[in-house]
Amino acid sequence: MSQDTQTAVLEIDGLRRAFGGLVAVNDLGFSVGQGEIMGLLGPNGSGKTTALNLISGVLRPDAGTIRLMGQNIAGLASYRIARLGLARTFQLVRVLDGMDCRENIKAGLAFQKPHLPVAEAELRIDTLLHRVGLAGHDRRPAADLTYIDRKRLELARALAAGPRLLLLDEWLAGLNPSELAIGIDLIRSLKADGITIVLVEHVMAAVRALCDRCIVMSSGRKIAEGATADVLSDAAVVKAYLGGVATDA
Amino acid sequence: MSARIAGFSALALAALALLAFVPRLGNAYYLALAISLLQYTVLATAWGMFSGPTRYVSLATTAFFGVGAYTVAVLGEILPWPLVLLTAAALGAIVAGIVGLSTLRLSGVYFVIFTFGLTELIRQLVVWFEVNKSRVLGRYVFVNITQADIYWQLLALTAAVFLLGWLIARSRLGFALRVIGEDETVAKHCGINTTFAKVALFTISATVMTLVGAIMAPRWTYIEPSIAFNSMISFQVLIMALLGGAHRLWGPVLGAVPLTLLFELLSARFPNTFTIILGCIFLLIVYMLPRGVAGLFEKLSTRTSGKTAQRVAA
Ligand SMILES: Nc1ncnc2c1ncn2[C@@H]1O[C@H](COP(=O)(O)OP(=O)(O)OP(=O)(O)O)[C@@H](O)[C@H]1O
Ligand SMILES: [Mg+2]
Repeated sequence: MSQDTQTAVLEIDGLRRAFGGLVAVNDLGFSVGQGEIMGLLGPNGSGKTTALNLISGVLRPDAGTIRLMGQNIAGLASYRIARLGLARTFQLVRVLDGMDCRENIKAGLAFQKPHLPVAEAELRIDTLLHRVGLAGHDRRPAADLTYIDRKRLELARALAAGPRLLLLDEWLAGLNPSELAIGIDLIRSLKADGITIVLVEHVMAAVRALCDRCIVMSSGRKIAEGATADVLSDAAVVKAYLGGVATDA
Repeated sequence: MSARIAGFSALALAALALLAFVPRLGNAYYLALAISLLQYTVLATAWGMFSGPTRYVSLATTAFFGVGAYTVAVLGEILPWPLVLLTAAALGAIVAGIVGLSTLRLSGVYFVIFTFGLTELIRQLVVWFEVNKSRVLGRYVFVNITQADIYWQLLALTAAVFLLGWLIARSRLGFALRVIGEDETVAKHCGINTTFAKVALFTISATVMTLVGAIMAPRWTYIEPSIAFNSMISFQVLIMALLGGAHRLWGPVLGAVPLTLLFELLSARFPNTFTIILGCIFLLIVYMLPRGVAGLFEKLSTRTSGKTAQRVAA
């Protein structure tokens, strides 16, 4: 886990964003090394989704730098950031309801440069459908999918771009225990492929199983950072979560 | 698949060849009607090319139609006809580019209101220019273009629009527009330059509308701003495209043909209450056919194919 020896995939410094008087992200800084899974934790409303929105270009930061593989992307249009190798999923699942599963995944890869040859693109779509567990659902309209399958499809679309950095916003929320186990294995396999991941998650079992390091936010500020086990037993963190959740296995 | 395309092209060419003979019938009334039909078919199809996939409702049709008509009024006697058309198309594209860049960041109802206001703005600009600079309020159009010429030009434009629409629908740009229509945030995160894609298609669609205005202009011998920029056209085209179904290339024509005939009848019979009737028709369409005639056809065809599938399974 030594970041110093390699360039960080994501490096954030002094990031700030306010909505009126509410400072949703306040002087946030952290860095994520190649192939690492970084957990982004914190109670409801602590600014996790806002941080992801700033990184992916949905929102413009008021201040701060965001470096993606060395390049400052703060304030860049989100389509440019996407083309630089960043992909994400959304806390409220977003799939293209009027299209079938194939087209949903195709949307993820069709606009990346250089463009893939058609045969190769089709092959990648097949592989992804299989990988997220949607094999055979090719022509099924996204609107007909169950909640969990919509989540799978959204992840497949994000992966279609072949991202270097993947932002997952509570992708494991709302899964039953067996689905959760499958989901954890899937994310672990992404790490094995060398994809760097920032994982916003409330499911502590998943955080323990997946994250190399974590940072914890509270009211827009970072209140803890370090190896997952250390952070989860940190007194300040436990207090931020009001006792219960963080120690819950 | 390619056999289907070949068959379809042959059919389209045959229809085109047949339609080219309409002026030879020698009936002035039918020719005038055929011109109206083609005019609205092209306008509604061009409207649907942009508004269908993006779901941005534009009321700027009249603005571009008027720019085309006015270009002819000003340049018709000065330049050879092909150059007049070319100039009109270029002007339409430039106006559309500027408007697109400044408004396509707006969403929903703001875009609708802006495009409606745009028509009025351009009309007032033309009035101001004519009154203060050229010191005329209307212009006579003296160009050597017959009704049959107008018809044939519109027919060629119709063919061009369908070909263009088909090519775009199969292109990466067409796919990008569909993704934008589904979810603009997702589109951006897929790496789509959404502003460019929207402005590009808006411009293509507007250029076609401008050409229609230019081609139609010689039909009047006298043009003034209130004739060229008649905002009824925007509403009629919108209603036609929605009735036909704007999410398909061949949708708007299914609305343009019956409604042109109906409007022709109504405006002759009830000239005073025409706009009220128009409003009622609009409400009925939105209420009863949210996805237009094209949507109805699709529903019927999936229902029948579903039945055959069940039969095969049984
Ligand atoms: N677009 C916005 N406009 C105004 N306020 C916002 C906006 N987005 C977020 N906020 C506010 O910023 C704060 C942080 O919200 P954010 O969604 O980042 O929290 P979160 O950590 O993701 O919470 P959760 O765990 O519930 O998803 C909240 O108080 C929220 O109301
Ligand atoms: Mg959130």
